[in-house]
Amino acid sequence: MASLTFLIIEDSPTMRQLIRFALNRIPGAEVVEASDGVDGLKKLSSNQVDLILSDINMPIMDGLKLVSLVRSNEAYKDVPIVMITTEGAKEDKERAMALGANAYITKPIQSTALLSTVKELLKL
Amino acid sequence: MSIKETGDKGKRSEHLEKGEEFLEMFRKGQEFTQDLLKENERLRFQVVHLEEEMKKRLETPDSAQANSLSQDMVEKLAQYEMRLEDLKSKLTEVEAENIDFAQRYIDVEEQNNNLANLYVASFQLHSTLEYKEVLQIILEIIINLIGGEAFAIYLLDEKTKTLNPEASEGVLFSEIPHVLLGEGVIGKAVMANESYFNESPSEELKELYEDPLVCIPLTIQDDVIGTIVLFRLLQQKVTFAPVDFELFTLLAGHAATAIFSSRLFTESKRKLSTYQGFLDLLSQ
Repeated sequence: MASLTFLIIEDSPTMRQLIRFALNRIPGAEVVEASDGVDGLKKLSSNQVDLILSDINMPIMDGLKLVSLVRSNEAYKDVPIVMITTEGAKEDKERAMALGANAYITKPIQSTALLSTVKELLKL
Repeated sequence: MSIKETGDKGKRSEHLEKGEEFLEMFRKGQEFTQDLLKENERLRFQVVHLEEEMKKRLETPDSAQANSLSQDMVEKLAQYEMRLEDLKSKLTEVEAENIDFAQRYIDVEEQNNNLANLYVASFQLHSTLEYKEVLQIILEIIINLIGGEAFAIYLLDEKTKTLNPEASEGVLFSEIPHVLLGEGVIGKAVMANESYFNESPSEELKELYEDPLVCIPLTIQDDVIGTIVLFRLLQQKVTFAPVDFELFTLLAGHAATAIFSSRLFTESKRKLSTYQGFLDLLSQ
């Protein structure tokens, strides 16, 4: 299987490690980590990313702002984005999806649910 | 008698003979026709009889038909039926095995996820010796791995026997009450060094301070150094999963040692810098 690069944008190191653990189960997966939206955009510009997994509540730049910036950029507008957040309210999900997110997962995450979402988006 | 008369007589007798011959032929034809009609009737009767017999045979195929089949065919049929039965039972066994494997796969997958969560929690707890970072990691574990929305970390002041809030999430830090050891649900749980789980917690947060959802004493060997008190879960987290109880157990021991060692380290670092300052002053 060809290698896939995932960008995890999350301010919690615990969460980053947990997501990395889950993604490492996909053969050939490479993971790039970023601690906030700005860091995420930097890493996005220097890596060929296949899928972004982003938290919503982050310092400096939150996940929703990041989604709108990614979608407005011609180079990354088609990269699938999975939002991972503590916010379980329907409105939050609708807002994220309206901005251009492809999927929405609430915390605490289940590795199986995360993997099936990623596989579905990448058609693996 | 004239010649003409003699000739007429001869012709008449000829005609009579022919007429008789014709009548004889006609009689024979009549007899033949009757014979044919009789034969036809007999054959009809036979056809009806055969049809009835055929019908009876078709209606009762078991014994009659089975008897008509050769013994060899019957034996082969019996063998095939036995093989079919055998294959059916094997198929049932394989299906049951498949279900068992699928269930085992789900169990292993769940176990794998649980272990990953526990590993991550344990790894993160011992990844630093900075006291504030340790507290932050405990908060992250409770939010991200357990799904806690409102909770607090209390530490025990041995001198005053009071549990003082040290960090919190989802509630105003200033609103969290200090708890005396042995008082209320929290104080009693810590004193008894026993985890407390509330099956039907109150909706109101202020009441939750007195009757929280979960209270996990933080222990090093048999000494309690504090407690983690969970007031409310995230709205999408309906109930606790088995891994949550494992995480609580892990937090009870590992969070306690992480807090204790990081506090010691931070204090010793502060003292070291003070002593170093004195030494520098003396050596000048």
